[in-house]
Amino acid sequence: MNLLEVRNLRVAYGAIEALKGISLEVREGEILTLIGGNGAGKTTTLRTISGLLKPVAGDILFQGDSLLKYRPHEIVQKGIIHVPEGRRVFARMTVQENLEMGAYVRSDKDGIAEDMEKVFTLFPRLKERRNQLAGTLSGGEQQMLAIGRALMSRPRVLLMDEPSMGLAPVLVEEIFDTIRELNQKQGLTILLVEQNAHMALQIAHRGYVIETGRIRLHGTAKELSTNPEVQKAYLGG
Amino acid sequence: MGGFPLRQSIRYGLLAGVAVLHMSLVGMVEAFSRREIVKDTISMGQLLLILAILVLAYVAARRAVEQHPLYAVFSGALVGLVAGALLAVLALLIKPLGMREVFANASPRLVKILLFDEEGVAGVARLLAVMTASGALAGLLELLPPRVRRPLVYALLATLTLGLLRDIFAVVLPRKVSRFLYTSSGLTQAGLLTFLAMWGVVFTFWETLGVRLQREVRSLPPAQQRPLQWTSYALVAALLVGMPFILGERGSYIFEVLDIVGIYIIMGLGLNIVVGFAGLLDLGYVAFFAIGAYTMAVLTTPELQVVRAVIPQMTFWEALPLALLASLLSGIILGIPVLKTRGDYLAIITLGFGEIIRLLVLSDFLKPYLGGAQGVTGIARPTFGDWYAKDPQDYYFFILIAIAIGFFISVRLKDSRLGRAWKAIREDEDVAIAMGIDHVATKLTAFATGATLAGLSGAIFAAKLNSMAPHSFNLLISINVLCLLIVGGMGSLPGVVVGAFALVGLPELLREFAEYRLLVYGAALVAMMLLKPEGLWPETLHVRELRAEPVKVSPVPAAGEAPGSK
Repeated sequence: MNLLEVRNLRVAYGAIEALKGISLEVREGEILTLIGGNGAGKTTTLRTISGLLKPVAGDILFQGDSLLKYRPHEIVQKGIIHVPEGRRVFARMTVQENLEMGAYVRSDKDGIAEDMEKVFTLFPRLKERRNQLAGTLSGGEQQMLAIGRALMSRPRVLLMDEPSMGLAPVLVEEIFDTIRELNQKQGLTILLVEQNAHMALQIAHRGYVIETGRIRLHGTAKELSTNPEVQKAYLGG
Repeated sequence: MGGFPLRQSIRYGLLAGVAVLHMSLVGMVEAFSRREIVKDTISMGQLLLILAILVLAYVAARRAVEQHPLYAVFSGALVGLVAGALLAVLALLIKPLGMREVFANASPRLVKILLFDEEGVAGVARLLAVMTASGALAGLLELLPPRVRRPLVYALLATLTLGLLRDIFAVVLPRKVSRFLYTSSGLTQAGLLTFLAMWGVVFTFWETLGVRLQREVRSLPPAQQRPLQWTSYALVAALLVGMPFILGERGSYIFEVLDIVGIYIIMGLGLNIVVGFAGLLDLGYVAFFAIGAYTMAVLTTPELQVVRAVIPQMTFWEALPLALLASLLSGIILGIPVLKTRGDYLAIITLGFGEIIRLLVLSDFLKPYLGGAQGVTGIARPTFGDWYAKDPQDYYFFILIAIAIGFFISVRLKDSRLGRAWKAIREDEDVAIAMGIDHVATKLTAFATGATLAGLSGAIFAAKLNSMAPHSFNLLISINVLCLLIVGGMGSLPGVVVGAFALVGLPELLREFAEYRLLVYGAALVAMMLLKPEGLWPETLHVRELRAEPVKVSPVPAAGEAPGSK
């Protein structure tokens, strides 16, 4: 079943059209990846789903309900959470406060405490540093915190923007393992935007290739990684 | 061990020399000299010169001490000597060169001050001796162990402050004591020694016993700390409320000053919510102060026939809620257009808004409604039955209550859900939105809360003055309030109080400052940002960020390093 569906979405920054009509569907319980180069429109797609950008045309449906009429915080309340690009943690708040901010839309104290423990089980390093200012964490830890913070809202869909950006290869592996685990163990639906197509296709079920605002190809992860065109353009082969 | 840092000492000496020459020629020294600090010994102008020497000599000594301990003293003395020599040259050349034609402040009186009331060679010798001695003293300070140095420096500073604030203390103290300690413009020599000895003892004890006591209190379990905390709060509250009764009639002047400081504290608490908590840089904050004041004025004055024909004259208590409402609404109205702007752009828009309000109240066009350039008179005073507020003491209570309300609001909001949302928006607005914070409502509440407190402050201000003119609402007020936040420590509530006393109270007490207020302001702010960027009484978070844990920026690996590229 389609949990999230994007229909013929067109988004423009002033006169420049960033998305020239893209359509994609995210099925419940899958990892869907959106791969493409710089400026292809990946981040724009995520920001539009989160309500940060208003489309010129097209529609976004969540469980059949159009999201366009909602404001960003209402979309978060519906269970769609965005992990922004570049590990944007609240630098001058502690790790714990960052996680609490993630649960901003919730008010069930017990549930929040329980979820915080879950995040700490997932990322034990965050527990050690729970009273440290987030700005003093290492890059990998900040990315863990950004993911943990998003999980605190108990999302239905996780929108992840380039979690591998600026991280050392070994950390990228670790983060991607976590993403896979979240999907497999908790059944979380994930829309993963990545430039690192190789890694993304390893953990995703299906994928879309986006180029200059248009969907160029789509298929299962396996199909895409064996597709000669994808191999040439994105996998360095 | 290296050689004596001769060149460096001379360099600092020249720097100090330029500073003291500047202060002499712009007229600060002469203006400040009207106030004596210690009778027949030192005036404020001379103190200013000596302080400049002390600071630079201390810096030079600190560097020289690495070579040899004694060099610290020599280096300090040399700094004083060089700066003193420059001043001596100035003092001697003023008359023969006719410098007064160029520098209006190069007066014979200045020469007299610089030469410590002597003439010719004797004067020069005295100047050089004092300056060299000051420099050497700064060097000696560097050599003292911190345990001795700190009480000494604090005692000196406290004594000088007591000398400077003669107008307060001489009035407050019983007559006989006051006669013994103070003259008509400063300390007596006996007063100087008494205060020095007293503070010396106090600070020495503080360094040893006080610090230990503090540590012991801190190590108590929180449950036992709380009653202590409440006791100290209660003591402060009792003192604040009791002060007018203790001082009686003698306190009029003090309360006049406290009222002004208090009005700024209320504004500071409001702006602290906008800038400190929510991080929205508002440079037009005076607008809300003006709106509160003008609403109070227009609604309660018997003048302004055009308005009176429509709205009946109100009392203070009837007009107060309307003044608050007006400023709250104006906060929201300003908030809406600036929602999408950030940082610098927001600052410029709010700056413009402040100017619009000021020009509107000044305009002839709105004169029938707002009084134009003449302002409004006959504003209502607060009343209770037959009693009405008239003395500064009476308004002091109103202001105290308003400050208490401001504190209460700030404390409650700071760690609330809304306070967290403000903090998140201050840190990173995009991410805050992504976390589900309604940034529109969050920002508007910050603007509205801040504006309401400014309006409250303005309404009390209008009632206190009884009459009001548009020039009371210029840009400088916005800047003053912002500066007091920065000096006190952004986001810190006690910081607002400390900042208001430092930036509003002190200049009010040292009337000589008035002309040089901006100069002193500027210098104080520059010094603050360099030496204590977190403010005088900062939030703990701010200290952590600036001092203990530098925020790491992890380097981003170069492109192409990502795995998977074969």
